[in-house]
Amino acid sequence: MRRLLPHPYLSLTLVVLWFLLVNQWKLGSLVMALILGTVIPLLTSAWWPDRPRIRRPFALAAYVALVLWDVIVANFQVARIVLFMPRDRIRSAWITVPLDLTQPEAISLLAGTITMTPGTLTADLSADGRALLVHALHAPDPEAVRDDIKARYESRLQRIFA
Amino acid sequence: MTGFDTLLDLVLSALLVGGGIFTLIGSYGLIRLPRPMQRLHAPTKATTIGVGAALAVSALDGLGQGQISWQELLITLFLLLTAPVSALFLAKTLILRGEADRDLPPSPTGAAWSTLAPPRQDP
Amino acid sequence: MILPHALIFFLICVTLAFALNLWRLFTAPTLTDRILVLDTMTVNAIALVILYGIWGGTHLYLEVAVLFALTSFVGTVAYCRYLLRGNIIE
Repeated sequence: MRRLLPHPYLSLTLVVLWFLLVNQWKLGSLVMALILGTVIPLLTSAWWPDRPRIRRPFALAAYVALVLWDVIVANFQVARIVLFMPRDRIRSAWITVPLDLTQPEAISLLAGTITMTPGTLTADLSADGRALLVHALHAPDPEAVRDDIKARYESRLQRIFA
Repeated sequence: MTGFDTLLDLVLSALLVGGGIFTLIGSYGLIRLPRPMQRLHAPTKATTIGVGAALAVSALDGLGQGQISWQELLITLFLLLTAPVSALFLAKTLILRGEADRDLPPSPTGAAWSTLAPPRQDP
Repeated sequence: MILPHALIFFLICVTLAFALNLWRLFTAPTLTDRILVLDTMTVNAIALVILYGIWGGTHLYLEVAVLFALTSFVGTVAYCRYLLRGNIIE
């Protein structure tokens, strides 16, 4: 079972994605989805040596809802800066975020979250994978932004991923 | 014309007006913001919400006519997953080509940022 | 029914956004800006296609939007990768 389905979460995602793509509930689609859900993880398993260890799937759902809400708030903040702030008063800053997360999946999720949320954008990862380089559009106080990222997103991700 | 239809009409119109304004702000930011790293911020966020509004209207409009379409959900998912990746690649390109602001801070562990680090030798 | 008017408003916004994008595409100070503009234009094009579907009352155009959402991302990453590494598939 473990050799046939090395990544059960990935297989499940692929099946759901295939149904969304064909947009119909047919038996043929289910067969095709199951074939794709088994073959693709097998073919790409060389690039996924470890599987992500998710401890609390429901906390992950709550996290997604929080991020979606923050995306909407982020848009109003960025729009206000773009429209009304005088160009020479926009104080952009580089911020380094030291990482307590170690799983690659968790780090990519955090990087994506930072990009989608208020005025910040992940620009790079350090070569040893221990810190993120973040660019903030308008941050008069870079330390506060860093602490906010760590408290609001990283601590939640740490609880979700074992 | 029932009360529910009128309400749906109003909600959809509000979503469309908001989405349109955000799409425009995203493109306006590309022109107005002075520095390359700042210009990356406007489209990744504002444009995503513009498309998101159009997708929500499409889904709700379909629901109002009694047909459910799941492809809107698929497009939203794709956009939310791919927007950070394209932004990351664009930022890396800016850093490597020296078009970003030069005052990069050092990483806390002292390791180089991966874009500027020497390529890893495969064993 | 004010929905058709809102649709026209969205259309005007997206058209103006396209005009601004084109202006930036030609006056962009750096090469990376041009990739960013192209990326923004494809996302705007997805919005336009979805809007056209609502306008015509059909879900057929959503398939176009799905394919566009998939392929435009690959294009942006390929351009960036070419600038970053000198080739696309190693």
